[in-house]
Amino acid sequence: MAMHKISVTVNGAARAAEVESRLLLVHLLREVFRMTGTHVGCDTSHCGACTVILDGEPVKSCTLLAVQADGCKITTVEGLEQGGKLHPVQEGFTEKHGLQCGFCTPGMMLSSVALLERNKNPSEQEIREAIAGNLCRCTGYVNIIKAVQYAAEKMR
Amino acid sequence: MIPAPFDYHRPASLDEAIGLLTKHGEQAKVLSGGMSLLPTLKLRLGAFAHLVDINRIAGLDGIKEEGGALRIGAMTRQSALERSELVRKKYPILGDAVPLIADPLVRNRGTVGGNVANGDPANDQPAIMIALGATLVARGPKGERTIAASKFYTDLYATALARDEILVEIRIPVPPPRSGGAYQKLKRKTGDFAVAAAAVQLTLDAKGVVASCGIALTNAGPTPLEAAEAAKYLVGKMPDTKTLAEAAKMAAAKGNPSADHRGSVEYKKDMARVLTERALQAACARAGGK
Repeated sequence: MAMHKISVTVNGAARAAEVESRLLLVHLLREVFRMTGTHVGCDTSHCGACTVILDGEPVKSCTLLAVQADGCKITTVEGLEQGGKLHPVQEGFTEKHGLQCGFCTPGMMLSSVALLERNKNPSEQEIREAIAGNLCRCTGYVNIIKAVQYAAEKMR
Repeated sequence: MIPAPFDYHRPASLDEAIGLLTKHGEQAKVLSGGMSLLPTLKLRLGAFAHLVDINRIAGLDGIKEEGGALRIGAMTRQSALERSELVRKKYPILGDAVPLIADPLVRNRGTVGGNVANGDPANDQPAIMIALGATLVARGPKGERTIAASKFYTDLYATALARDEILVEIRIPVPPPRSGGAYQKLKRKTGDFAVAAAAVQLTLDAKGVVASCGIALTNAGPTPLEAAEAAKYLVGKMPDTKTLAEAAKMAAAKGNPSADHRGSVEYKKDMARVLTERALQAACARAGGK
């Protein structure tokens, strides 16, 4: 069985692991690092529940090998809160009722954070497009969009 | 879902990657964006003993016009193509298509080379490259060779690439003045493949007569489909509504889709006709500066 020593930076902290070739990034995060904020939803790269930010770009961590992330910087939902203070996107989801069951929320928030880092003043259409790879099946998108708009305003 | 075990290789150079492909033959598969390969492995629809990851090889990505061609490195991410001002302005067929490929998260990883080389008739860029008259550059143990996109697709998931070859670049001829292109795609929802889609690239002469034309269809058969007869029919004609409708009919008649959850054969063929007609109209309008 091929094993690989990898090192990654997760939410600013250096982490190392020895992984099998076939280990998926989402499993490295959840099962090796025990960070379960990143969810496994469809597991077929449709739903986006597993979204993390990899070197600045949001990606689906169920469709990436852990070994491919070797040397990369990863942001997960656990990394959004800083010093006990919620990220404006997290605050937005709270204030605007952007979640109901919460399953899609980590992925939704990371796609939104990546959008707001690139575009400080996104239109509603741009927000819709940015979260097009993240599926919500209970809250509905209306409040999620309001949450992102709240965060955008707060971050300007 | 967990893929069957495999060995992972991360070559630092193309030569090293080609060496690995030569050594492992049928057992090896190139990993570029992995947006088709990883789901295939996870669903156990395919298995390879060796994955050769070409993501860290320098110089395989980039978008530039050089030597009369737009050169797109095979490892160029779809999101990079989507954000390219040059591509949006001068190659509207790509500007139309890229935002309709999968979803933004997938486009952050998915590559143009992977979309083109995978040999999946449901992928969008094969038909586009055929319509654009693109040339594909493959590198193998004996060096580089070029293959016309129209000759690249041999069967379902089968291409002209040899086992030990890697697609390294796509070259699209810089369109002459009075050129226009368009891509029309019908899909049920974001992230889905096309029910049907049509790619058109054409050039008009000074009088507005069609001087050259390329038409190809996505997901209309086991390979992306070039509608050469329909394109030939248009050359030398004024592109009026009736002529374009006739060409679209000819193109759709070439289609050989199979019935599935996206629709019946009749529906898909008729959608191919409608989309080809719309793509032809949009391409003509763009070529005429409208």
